[in-house]
Amino acid sequence: MKHLLSAQDLTRDEAILLLDTAAQMAATQSREIKKLPTLRGRTVVNLFFEDSTRTRISFETAAKRLSADVINFSAKGSSVSKGESLKDTALTLHAMGADAVVVRHWASGAPHQLAHAGWLDAAVLNAGDGTHQHPTQALLDAFTIRRHLAGGTGDLAGLRVAIVGDVLHSRVARSNVHLLRTLGADVTLVSPPTLLPVGVETWPCATSYDLDATLADWKPDAVMMLRVQRERMSGGAGAFFPSALEYSRRYGLDHRRLAVLPDHTIVMHPGPMNRGLEISAQAADSDRSVIVEQVANGVAVRMAALYLLLAGGSSAEGTSI
Amino acid sequence: MSFALPPFTTVLGPEDVARALTRIAHEVVERSKGASDVVLLGIPTRGVPLAQRLAERLAAIDPAFDPVAALGELDVTMYRDDLHRNPTRAVGVTRLPAVGIDGKVVVLVDDVLFSGRTIRAALDAISDLGRPRAVRLACLVDRGHRELPIRPDFVGKNLPTSTDERVQVQLAEIDGADSVVISGRAAVGEETR
Repeated sequence: MKHLLSAQDLTRDEAILLLDTAAQMAATQSREIKKLPTLRGRTVVNLFFEDSTRTRISFETAAKRLSADVINFSAKGSSVSKGESLKDTALTLHAMGADAVVVRHWASGAPHQLAHAGWLDAAVLNAGDGTHQHPTQALLDAFTIRRHLAGGTGDLAGLRVAIVGDVLHSRVARSNVHLLRTLGADVTLVSPPTLLPVGVETWPCATSYDLDATLADWKPDAVMMLRVQRERMSGGAGAFFPSALEYSRRYGLDHRRLAVLPDHTIVMHPGPMNRGLEISAQAADSDRSVIVEQVANGVAVRMAALYLLLAGGSSAEGTSI
Repeated sequence: MSFALPPFTTVLGPEDVARALTRIAHEVVERSKGASDVVLLGIPTRGVPLAQRLAERLAAIDPAFDPVAALGELDVTMYRDDLHRNPTRAVGVTRLPAVGIDGKVVVLVDDVLFSGRTIRAALDAISDLGRPRAVRLACLVDRGHRELPIRPDFVGKNLPTSTDERVQVQLAEIDGADSVVISGRAAVGEETR
């Protein structure tokens, strides 16, 4: 495997290798000297066509901890705002000798195009494309769940994960459904009917419109709240639900719903959070919340992905991951 | 078919391995004037059980040595200089001794010493982890062909080999029985093809 484009492409063995490697990377991050010489002399380009804080910083930190050189490139303030095409940007990066390109793009499929159009010979890592995929987020979520609920080894067989909120616009939900299923977990999507995508019945998961019933009857081991992506809701939030207050009452995680959860259940959120909308401050700051830990695990998971894609020689192409 | 399996020679048997480790343990104690400051770091895969056995012997010789707290393992994969040349390797476990390595005499334990590149990587890894008072190297087999200015302090057996031979250390913990085997050596009387 040369690229990391979609969580759906990962086999169970590849996913477990990524998580095991991430566990070793996480262990190095508690040391006094966190930097490893592994990718010295390699160049990683962060190509961000869409705003991002934690994903870009996380990839940048991961690459730097492995001693790679990092070039940050955001569409704002670059030739892209003068109308340069993705192809010409890619050819420029190729000419500069990038070994890996981390790409976030507002168009679903842009990383796939970049990887397979023949413009570049670098490894491409998808850092989120439109409403399609965000594989490293799914991996860090799986890593966090595994650490808390599966003893930190093996797969996630038999664990129950509820993914709640704006599934329609969420690449995090799409990536997680496939990866968690590959690792053996059961997933239920909980969302208002207007925020479930067409064709969701073909996904390997269950769906529900009723958060209270899911929490009380299904007893999930992990509850993952999704951000309501208002910037993608043209015509304002009113197009998908009557009001923010009504959404929050029916699908928000507040202290009342928190009290219903089994004792071991963890609360997750991919960030950035809309406090008071999909998650209350009490839930976000409670003991069950692993939201800050997800960010820390993100660095370890991205180190693992960069290591597995970049460290081996060119002969490594075609081997497992 | 005589050439279906490469001919192999067993160089050390289980008793030889045990004797070599006992002698190395005594040499470690002698060299460090007691084992109270010694910590052992096994290099995966087979350096780890070797370090474990060495720890038991050190504790028997010098009661001041704690065979649990002074034992660790050191994975050097991310410090190797040949990562680009090979398919991607899985990263192993690094576990530092409970007593730490700062100010201690670290004895690296590996099965076969060959080019010295693994030890070079281990030295880099150690300098990122702390500052030992001294680093020493123990290996069960030294087969020569060094590519770097590195030498062992404690050797189980010096084994002159040619580069196309393969030296394999087998240990009971991993392979079921202790032995050191050379394979790929042209058998006496076999016709050259």
